[in-house]
Amino acid sequence: MFAYYLDLALRSLRRNKVLTTLMVLALALGIGATITTLTVLKLLSGDPLPQKSAQLFYPQLDPYPKDQPFSRSGKKLPWLMSYIDAMNLLHARKAERQAVMALSQVKLTPQGQGGKPFYADGVLTTSDFFPMFDAPFQYGAGWGSTDDESRAQVVVIAGFLNDKLFGGANSVGRTIRIEDHDFRIIGVLRPWAPQPRFYAVHLGGRDYGKGEAVFMPLQSVRADGMTPNTVMSYGPEHTDMQHLETAQSIWLGLWVQLSSADEAPAYKLFLGNYAQQQVALGRFQLSRVGLWDLMSWLRNEQVVPDDVRLQAGMALGFLLICVVNTVGLLLAKCLRRSREIGVRRALGASRGAIFLQFMVEAGIVGVAGGVLGLGFAELGLWGIRHQPAQYASLAHLDLSMFLFTFVVALVSSLVAGLLPAWRACVVAPAPQLKAS
Amino acid sequence: MQIQPILAALRRHRLASILIALEIALACAVLCNACFLIVSRVQQTHVISGVDENALAAMKLTGYDPTKGVDLNARVLDGLAKLPGVQSVSVINQVPFGDHAGTAGITTDADGKHFGGVVDLYVGGPGSFKALGVQMVAGSVPQAADYQPIHQFVPDDSAVWVTRALAEHLWPGADPLGKEFWSDKLHFRVVGVLAHLARPYGGEGGPNTIEWSVFVPAQPGAQLAGMYLLRADPAQLPRVLRDARAAMATIAPDTVIDSKASQTIGSLRANYFRQDRVMAGILVGVIAALLLVTALGIVGLASFWVQQRRRQIGIRRALGASRGDILSYFQTENFLIVTFGIGLGMLLAFALNLLLMTHYELPRLPLYYLPVGALILWGLGQLAVLGPALRAAAVPPVVATRSV
Repeated sequence: MFAYYLDLALRSLRRNKVLTTLMVLALALGIGATITTLTVLKLLSGDPLPQKSAQLFYPQLDPYPKDQPFSRSGKKLPWLMSYIDAMNLLHARKAERQAVMALSQVKLTPQGQGGKPFYADGVLTTSDFFPMFDAPFQYGAGWGSTDDESRAQVVVIAGFLNDKLFGGANSVGRTIRIEDHDFRIIGVLRPWAPQPRFYAVHLGGRDYGKGEAVFMPLQSVRADGMTPNTVMSYGPEHTDMQHLETAQSIWLGLWVQLSSADEAPAYKLFLGNYAQQQVALGRFQLSRVGLWDLMSWLRNEQVVPDDVRLQAGMALGFLLICVVNTVGLLLAKCLRRSREIGVRRALGASRGAIFLQFMVEAGIVGVAGGVLGLGFAELGLWGIRHQPAQYASLAHLDLSMFLFTFVVALVSSLVAGLLPAWRACVVAPAPQLKAS
Repeated sequence: MQIQPILAALRRHRLASILIALEIALACAVLCNACFLIVSRVQQTHVISGVDENALAAMKLTGYDPTKGVDLNARVLDGLAKLPGVQSVSVINQVPFGDHAGTAGITTDADGKHFGGVVDLYVGGPGSFKALGVQMVAGSVPQAADYQPIHQFVPDDSAVWVTRALAEHLWPGADPLGKEFWSDKLHFRVVGVLAHLARPYGGEGGPNTIEWSVFVPAQPGAQLAGMYLLRADPAQLPRVLRDARAAMATIAPDTVIDSKASQTIGSLRANYFRQDRVMAGILVGVIAALLLVTALGIVGLASFWVQQRRRQIGIRRALGASRGDILSYFQTENFLIVTFGIGLGMLLAFALNLLLMTHYELPRLPLYYLPVGALILWGLGQLAVLGPALRAAAVPPVVATRSV
């Protein structure tokens, strides 16, 4: 029966090529725009570490004075932590894993003659960074907590830097010069750049795009005098960049890994106790604390750019107009065939059969619109890859969005087909037959 | 033209007419708001920087030993001034559309009680004021004695030039000359007023703060080094900048050129507004696609109606209606439907605007967008229906005498 409807539908669509083309084209434009923008939106609001994100938490403390809060409204907690607090929480080891981090632009000087120095993004962090974020190693491994304390001059480099400097060979044990200090390479990462760049959000890094080039022990590079990208002062003095460890400044992000999300209340309690202790010591005036799981943190900090959400909204509005347009055109088609419907009904076709026949026709328009819309979406994504945005290079259609395209196409065409199909199946056969 | 029979006919096609009207209404809502977004984006890109953008380029060096700033300045100033085509080279901390380097909160009293806002301090060495080419409204150009040494960030006590916009914000209605302000312990005294000078990044505190800039003359030194302002003839500027970058390999081999920041002010400006231009382009694309789809819908339904009414048209023609009558019948019919859609669309446009206002920093939709949107849609409707209407007008009266 379905094959018969399919045949009928194809015949009907072929009969009026212009109208069919108009319908498919309009629907395809709407689907193309929607899929393009939704792909970008999905990409930008995605989970950077799907297997781990539920266990990762971002704690916040508030060392700011009561009358000069971090945010104007006074509601937001400071994004970062001071060195003293971050180190206290790190050394308390209340979580399974914990690491503090800052970002810094560092000068790299390749070894050998004529090597031109260049700047790269560096992460200053502590040993748990790699196991906590599941950073995959190509060669070697990360450093241990003893290296942190002994201020070892070691570095883990990203795969792309290894390719650039050493042609992709195993470079563990070799030396690179960072900010005029020699560092021994102890590990090389595989290509790794979780998107969004969740740990870089408030550290003066990019929210999306390529990952950092070098990862170094925080205390070692601080002893060498390297400074982080972002430093915010909460005291009356201008921050002395040489003595950040004791300054009244926040410049570190702390991430902790708990064994499960159930541990979060206990960790928050620990944070609260810590803050109260600091209030008692006179270091803090406020004892409020925050603890975010990774995805809520990204949502709360509105990492997804406004423009992207606006574009997605626009595209959905556009799709709605395209669907209304398709309803109108399908209706025109089905009303024109009142006589044919009358004949079929008179010959014994039930209302359900007529309804189904017209829905199949709408579905075919939808599938055709989906195929063409996929082409438009690829075109749109190609356009986005040539935009000056941080996320430009990431804009690709993945399998789930590929399938989703057809879901959107079918759903929108079937919704559009409901009204015309219903109108078709309530056509009374007698008057139609009489008219001819 | 009688409207009564058209309305009567439309009532027979209630569903299809409503669909077209609905489509027009949605198009109207999106059209008005998208146009508004485009216009506000484009307006943002029209910031007046106040400097001679065509004649200026920035050169930013990093990676040098911070204690050797004095030596670096001497080498770079000397080396670049020798390049052919360079009119002047001076030290400055930041340029319009470049990176921030002098953002500070200021107060209008020494105790720090009256907060004046967050402003940008352009700290420039000798020659930079003239090179920028800023226009003065009051006061005189900086003298040699105004360029004082820096101990921390800017000179402790400096004579400064503020923009008219900032003066009006800090001391509304008063003569700004001789007024003072503070940033922590640093003291500033206004000796001149500038017509325009945009801050490096166009106004984070809202569009009104774009020109909250202060020019602070200072002696280059360890605290003011590494960023240079090149002035050259606009026609030669790109070549001069290329030469200057190449010359750095010999003048200052110990440094790294920050390529992103070392560009002409014109290209810095273009880069700065690139995202806005792209977004405006996307919105124009959305509008074009939207109008296209709406027109296609009207063409489709109108063609169907014409075909369906061939007999009636033939009868009217046989009874004496001219081709013009038939044509105007379909045009008027379309006008009525579109008008109905526009009426609904204006309400929708406002609703959409309210929705956008709650999610984005967007002002209220100005009322004049509505008649403009209406005119566009009326025009679109008339154009789209023209083809089918002409086909209708071409139906010969003899059709009436044939049975189907």
